[in-house]
Amino acid sequence: MLNPRPRRPGQGRRATPVESAAEAGITVVDWVDERTSLSGAGRWVMFRKVPKGTNWFYTLGSATLFAFLNQAVTGVFLAMYYDPSPTHAYESARYITNEAFLGEFVRGMHKWGSTVMVILIFLHMGRVFFFGAYKYPRELNWVIGVALLILTFVMALTGYLLPFDQRSFWATVVANNITASGPLVGPYLGDFLRAGPEFGATTLSRFYAIHMLLIPGAIFALIGAHLYLVAKLGTTAPPWLRADVDDDLREEPS
Amino acid sequence: MAQDRRQTKSKYTSDRLIPGAFEGETVTRRRLMTGTVHVAGAVAASAFVLPALGFALGPVFEKHEQRWQAVGPVDEFPENTYVPKVITIVDGIGQAGKSTAYIRKRDAKIDTDKPDIYNQYIAISTRCMHLGCPVRFVEAAGRFICPCHGGVYNFEGKVDGGPPVRPLDRFYTRVRNGQLEIGPRYSVNRELKRFSPRDPAQPLDGVGQYLYPSRPTIRKLPPPPST
Repeated sequence: MLNPRPRRPGQGRRATPVESAAEAGITVVDWVDERTSLSGAGRWVMFRKVPKGTNWFYTLGSATLFAFLNQAVTGVFLAMYYDPSPTHAYESARYITNEAFLGEFVRGMHKWGSTVMVILIFLHMGRVFFFGAYKYPRELNWVIGVALLILTFVMALTGYLLPFDQRSFWATVVANNITASGPLVGPYLGDFLRAGPEFGATTLSRFYAIHMLLIPGAIFALIGAHLYLVAKLGTTAPPWLRADVDDDLREEPS
Repeated sequence: MAQDRRQTKSKYTSDRLIPGAFEGETVTRRRLMTGTVHVAGAVAASAFVLPALGFALGPVFEKHEQRWQAVGPVDEFPENTYVPKVITIVDGIGQAGKSTAYIRKRDAKIDTDKPDIYNQYIAISTRCMHLGCPVRFVEAAGRFICPCHGGVYNFEGKVDGGPPVRPLDRFYTRVRNGQLEIGPRYSVNRELKRFSPRDPAQPLDGVGQYLYPSRPTIRKLPPPPST
């Protein structure tokens, strides 16, 4: 019989707890998907066609992304202890390192992670350059990547002041004076960064706000655009691979 | 080029047979509504963007007041060497707001700049004119030396060697009740002419003073009445 008659309710095998739990999960996902159609976007992002010859060099972009996520997460938790006032900043950074549980570890992750992120960006950039992945139609993604590189430098610069020890203070003084040495607009830019003609009461909190709110927001947005374009335009094949052309499709010159 | 075959619409609403059109009217209701919504959005956005921008840019136009501070009795300062004194540049931020000034009595045999009430005592700022590191006076050499990139200044604070672009900044000095007082900072060019304070790395000779204009945040004092 093609269509077996359904069992009467209450008869037959009962669903096991595992099956019920799986069913509940599917029901929840379906409920959300029916109202958002997110599964289509998910499939569009995740199940892309990838060219032959894709290799480990193609993971450098994701590695940079994870380095950034590490900075974001550890940074948020460091902010719970850090106090950006000139008289308390050093003491609060010392407290994080010496007294807070796992403080030295989290601060170390943030400090060394920044270096790792800059190195990974350059490796990723080198991969894109040497594989020719910046060419048409991906030029805009290269431009967005350069903007992300500059924003990362700004992060590194503004974050360097925050421990507020001798090295970070004088390094910031020097960086500020380099900024101010640009002709015509330089002097005003310097005053803007310092919030005045001298390193003052609000310079540190200004750098802190730039470091933890302004630039991270911009980086998040640009990473979104960067990834959208990666998904939309697809991955390039390595330059040493020739495109396979079916012999039947090859037209003889007449 | 192919001719555009679409009918070009008249800009007058009455020509386009829109109900209720007035003679000579060009703006449709749709265009008016679109424009109104755009303007309303722009007004709402400026309501928070403009104050926030002004808030961030405000310090660029705000004058930083520097007060006179006593550093010691006048007989503490000889003519032939410098005495270091810690002065406060910015109040309320602890060590970060302090700086050192090297002070000596004016010596007519060395100091060639025009004497007035503000330079009877010479107070040299320790901010290096390369990139702002703190210089120190080395007694044995009779020179100011910067630890960061090797800037060297002579006894007067003029550049002897290294990357600095102009002589060390100075502070106005005056005598009140037998106490020497240190006032605001000023910058000098190679001839020790006074300029409104500039940041390090900004030359003041030649076109330098025009390439690096003075800022509203910090100005030199008006010249003293000639005596």
